[in-house]
Amino acid sequence: MALADIKQHPGIVLGVAVVLHVVIISTQVNTATGIPLLRALTFGAFAELQRLVTGGVTGVQDTWNGYVALRGVNDENAALRQQLQDLQIKLQEERALAQRTEDLRQLLELRERAELETTAAEIIAGAASPEFRTVTIDKGTSDRLQTDMAVLSPSGVVGRVILPSIRAAKVQLLIDRNAAAGAVVERSRAQGVVVGVGTAELRMDYVPGTADVKAGDLVVTSGIDGIYPKGFVIGTIDRVERGPGTYHEIRVRPAVDFSRLEEVLVVLTPAAGRAAGEAKDQP
Amino acid sequence: MKLAATLAALAAALALQTTLTTYVRETATLDFVLIVVVYLSLTSGPVTGVVTGSVAGLIQDALSSGVMGIGALAKTLVGFAAGRVGTQFIVTAPLPRFVVFIGATVLHAAVFMGLYVLLGLREFSAPYADVAGQAVGNAVVGVVGFQVLEWLPVFLARRRMGRPLRR
Repeated sequence: MALADIKQHPGIVLGVAVVLHVVIISTQVNTATGIPLLRALTFGAFAELQRLVTGGVTGVQDTWNGYVALRGVNDENAALRQQLQDLQIKLQEERALAQRTEDLRQLLELRERAELETTAAEIIAGAASPEFRTVTIDKGTSDRLQTDMAVLSPSGVVGRVILPSIRAAKVQLLIDRNAAAGAVVERSRAQGVVVGVGTAELRMDYVPGTADVKAGDLVVTSGIDGIYPKGFVIGTIDRVERGPGTYHEIRVRPAVDFSRLEEVLVVLTPAAGRAAGEAKDQP
Repeated sequence: MKLAATLAALAAALALQTTLTTYVRETATLDFVLIVVVYLSLTSGPVTGVVTGSVAGLIQDALSSGVMGIGALAKTLVGFAAGRVGTQFIVTAPLPRFVVFIGATVLHAAVFMGLYVLLGLREFSAPYADVAGQAVGNAVVGVVGFQVLEWLPVFLARRRMGRPLRR
């Protein structure tokens, strides 16, 4: 059939396209065997395009900020911002360490906290579709990134690596509808699961109605999911309502401003390594 | 030439989607790829709509974290529907175009979310406000884009001839 003939039969073209997409969807839904090759290849190729575009934009932006507009002030700002980020990361580590120490003190044991090995990464692209909350970072498997590695920022938990290619990786943000993290209310130690709802806020599920939780409480990672290290800030409880069942309905305001993310830290220490480190300290 | 222009438009939309949304948070809900698919469908017909919708949707799916093919199927149907509307009706004024963009966004959301819910992969609790916001945003950007793309060649031609835009 010539091209001109095909153009006269859009219904046939639509039918072929729909069947093709249904087949593609079916192969993914029926099998859960890792990352589809087509997706990995497409992502890898477009990550390079995103890197180029972001590189161009960043170049222009850097030139403007660094040389045209307020050069001296910008440099000073960058240094101060870096210093603030370092301090915030230190604060996060200290907070996690303090909580850990408190736990250990209660157990009357002395254990060493496993050191987290991290690598800094820059965000080179946002989500390709508004229905998903993902970003692309400029580090990939060549920098030892793997699927399900935790991604943090100085403010708190950002998300996890879901698709690493050689020189880039896709990160699922905690606010994505498919994202979840084991969480604990820092003050009362009430445990639950924080899930994304696709908007700027989070929901904390499975917190019993009898648990002591109130607005303003800090929510941190519990570490039980095997992805996020324990004690890192997720956010603050915004409101607590009595749910229809035996659980609270809790909304959490994320500590991270996901719309302003520029740089993140990827935790390279795998969950198994962290667990092994903790098990080694067991008496 | 037309194929190259189509591919360039899709690449530009994807680049805009992944770059602009990182810098301007207000654009996060817009779907530039959908806007381009609707534009090409209205101007070139349902076959172009189906092909561009399929290709653009697959690429967008690959770059997202969801199931590959769902966004593509939604955009394919939108491309076909918009193409059909473009061939059956006169859609040259801003208002009809605005309505087409609104309808396209709603159809896309219905198919996209419907398939995810049908397959039990995701929950969408009361997405009406989000979809409405996205529909209006897409429609405004789409109509303005349409006007600019139509006005630009005329403006450039008149400038070349040394005539003012309006007498």
